[in-house]
Amino acid sequence: MCGIVGLFLKDASLQPELGSMLTQMLVTMTDRGPDSAGIAIYGTEVPGQARLTVQSDNAQHDFETLAADLSRALDTPVTGRVNGSHAVLSLSRDYSGAARDMIRALRPDIRIMSDGDVIEIYKETGLPEDVATRLSLAQMGGTHGVGHTRMATESAVTTEGAHPFSTGADQCLVHNGSLSNHNALRRRLTREGIRIGSMNDTEVGAAYLTWRMREGAMLGEALESSLADLDGFFTFVVGTKDGFGVVRDPIACKPAVMAETEQYVAFGSEYRALVSLPGIDTARVWEPEPATVYFWNH
Amino acid sequence: MQQYDLETDGLRGLNAALQAQAAEPEHTAWEVLNPRGSHAIAVGLNAPLDVTVRGPAGYYCGGMNQQANVRVQGSAGPGVAENMMSGRVIVEGDASQYAGATGHGGLLVIKGNASSRCGISMKGIDIVVHGNIGHMSAFMAQGGSLVVCGDAGDALGDSIYEARLFVRGSVKSLGTDCVEKEMRPEHLDLLTGLLERAESDAKPEEFRRYGSARKLYNFDVDHADEY
Amino acid sequence: MNNKGIPSTVPAKSATFTDPVNAEIRRAAATGIYDIRGGGAKRRVPHFDDLLFLGASISRYPLEGYREKCETKVTLGTRFAKNPVELDIPITIAGMSFGALSGPAKEALGRGASAAGTSTTTGDGGMTAEERAHSSKLVYQYLPSRYGMNPDDLRKADAIEVVVGQGAKPGGGGMLLGQKISDRVADMRTLPKGIDQRSACRHPDWTGPDDLEIKILELREITGWKVPVYVKVGGTRPYYDVALAVKAGADVVVLDGMQGGTAATQDVFIENVGLPTLACIRPAVQALQDLGLHREVQLIISGGIRTGADVAKALALGADAVSIGTAAMIAIGDNDPRWEAEYQELGTTAGAYDDWHEGRDPAGITTQDPELAARLDPVDAGRRLRNYLKVLTLEAQTIARACGHNHLHNLEPEDLCALTMEAAAMAKVPLAGTDWYPGKKET
Repeated sequence: MCGIVGLFLKDASLQPELGSMLTQMLVTMTDRGPDSAGIAIYGTEVPGQARLTVQSDNAQHDFETLAADLSRALDTPVTGRVNGSHAVLSLSRDYSGAARDMIRALRPDIRIMSDGDVIEIYKETGLPEDVATRLSLAQMGGTHGVGHTRMATESAVTTEGAHPFSTGADQCLVHNGSLSNHNALRRRLTREGIRIGSMNDTEVGAAYLTWRMREGAMLGEALESSLADLDGFFTFVVGTKDGFGVVRDPIACKPAVMAETEQYVAFGSEYRALVSLPGIDTARVWEPEPATVYFWNH
Repeated sequence: MQQYDLETDGLRGLNAALQAQAAEPEHTAWEVLNPRGSHAIAVGLNAPLDVTVRGPAGYYCGGMNQQANVRVQGSAGPGVAENMMSGRVIVEGDASQYAGATGHGGLLVIKGNASSRCGISMKGIDIVVHGNIGHMSAFMAQGGSLVVCGDAGDALGDSIYEARLFVRGSVKSLGTDCVEKEMRPEHLDLLTGLLERAESDAKPEEFRRYGSARKLYNFDVDHADEY
Repeated sequence: MNNKGIPSTVPAKSATFTDPVNAEIRRAAATGIYDIRGGGAKRRVPHFDDLLFLGASISRYPLEGYREKCETKVTLGTRFAKNPVELDIPITIAGMSFGALSGPAKEALGRGASAAGTSTTTGDGGMTAEERAHSSKLVYQYLPSRYGMNPDDLRKADAIEVVVGQGAKPGGGGMLLGQKISDRVADMRTLPKGIDQRSACRHPDWTGPDDLEIKILELREITGWKVPVYVKVGGTRPYYDVALAVKAGADVVVLDGMQGGTAATQDVFIENVGLPTLACIRPAVQALQDLGLHREVQLIISGGIRTGADVAKALALGADAVSIGTAAMIAIGDNDPRWEAEYQELGTTAGAYDDWHEGRDPAGITTQDPELAARLDPVDAGRRLRNYLKVLTLEAQTIARACGHNHLHNLEPEDLCALTMEAAAMAKVPLAGTDWYPGKKET
């Protein structure tokens, strides 16, 4: 059970502010989720380059020579940027798949949070404000992002259990609610070769969308079919390389508020999350309908 | 007019001050500044106060109200005026889920739209929504009237008991055991009064009335699929 | 043997399709409705009977009975409330509604509990003036239906119990058949007289712990942060549910095992959904310990408490108090053999009567029929309940003293052993005579 925030910028001049706006939204949702916090941020593309966000509980040791070791092992240039317990590795897009495997071989304790052209995912246990400070989330810029504060229901309070979940390149998902058929679905998706790293119900939701898109569905279609295939209660906010989507289950009892202006589209579990946004007093504010897919693209 | 800044002075102080007026109101007019979507604003009041909330409120604004007039100059979060007993709550913007849930009495007016489950389990409250309402509204509604000047979403009045529903626009679908009913003169009178008190200029003749078919009141195996 | 001298097969009844099973199939075929009843799970499940205490002998010293004090007081709601509930004994009366019970029966519960220095609880249907007047400590239940719910009564309560679920039907709603919706009950619940009342399974204005936290804030704001807020759940996933109730801000968690039984619902639900009470306690205590709040947030256990030994065992496993429903009803006269002739007329027998929702209770307890209700003298019945609560307390003290404890709260799991593997696994106490239980981690 959780608090969700999301922000999709239409006005490019706000891009340097994305991190600070999202952080403010995230911190207001602390009561809904004091156990952990996470954020997915979509930055600027560097042509031909992919980035992997990795995390380690022993960051200093694990990250010190990671980029160099990876570069040597893959025989391609790799640069690294350390941010607290996280690091972002950049390398040629052609090597991103190989890099995933090689990181597991070189540093088995490292967790891969995300990979893609523009996505970076940061998440940690602890109060959202502390997490945001440790990772300097407010200093980040980007085109769109989502954030999540978690009150764990049935899976552990760990970094792996924190949202957002990413099960495909540049994809992420955050969730408020609880799914009731995730165990059976996890077994089925695992057989289909989709990677699922935790026992968390939300990760299965993310993996489901990844699987549908791998089978050729557009994100909107994948969200549409999730309404039939996922059982339980959910409000999802998802991110893709250039898009941002929202869907609620047909019963729709987990809260959701949206706001749109000329400058942005914003999502919050409560209106409180939106109060600091510029022009919120005159924004169009509404509650997303049940079983209805909302989607914005750059 | 007493002014109270919620941001600087905190929720507990506000509700304590308003609730303290119950015995013998010293100040009847109050203004709440900087609500910024906070929860449980002006709850448990029990005196004929006029409270104006200058901005959007969060969950359960005006909860369990007795006697007071609470006006929200903005939107209201889930459960506005939940379990209201008497008095009046007016939301000038939109209201989220569960508006007026389980209310026993008084009048709730929503000038914008209300989302899902408006009037769920209502037990005597009157609710007038100037805009539209969402799905599962008036679910298990027991008593009182729900007036919708716009459209109603799916499953209106599911498992309804004795509440009266009036909708001017379209109804996406009716819930189990909810049917359209004849609009009789006493209903038009009732509606006229409610619209007037709710500051609406809609015409009573433009509404249709819905209520319980009373088929679920005693178990019958032939209706088992509807449970 | 037939007349040709060939031995014949002895007719054998199925162990699967037993006579009661077949009778139920025929009943279902004839009526088209599932069986609704009260009375809790009747099947045998691992229970407190499968545990024994290890009294003191040479390694520990017992306390002298009747001379050396064994305290029984308990304070509930010390976490956030200005006025916690202070009880003389750690045995409370569970929520049972006016409507389900008659007015005199509610009064009897209030009188008995007050005389024993403990609390009683309202139920689905609101607070009556009689029960408030006769209960020195009254817990006001806040239920999904909100029947009779109002802020005046809320402010009169000594504690508020947000009911998320009950042991008899975790995840389910209630059912009160038309016979019991009398004028007064109908009026209190804003329902037409004589209809079958359906109760919702979820609260109408919140879902999940994140919303519950805000709901609890509202209830505290309305009651000025004075009284404790309990959260009651049916036993299903106690580790998570207790942890989430605590995260949402509960002062006290009430955990009701599947034998918890006064609520009427489908027989199939009562017998097939939920955890035995015995299996609920350790995960719940573990959740509180993991949060560092064991004894700070109090745990009340209910569902099948009958004797002082049951009380002592629940406390030894980590509960702060217990709650009784069925036992209290029997104490005031439910299912008494003196009404056997009338039970027979209803097609049942004393001890098996569970159609509490139908309102024809010969003992006059679960009814709204004025003639039947008049059979129960609330003063006498209250005295019986007081006596019974005293006996439960004395029995629990006897055991605690024998284990060398000067307070019931000092009972601990190490005072126990288990008679069966099942009980050993569920209670995490060693099988009698060993130092092992299934699932024990080597240290």
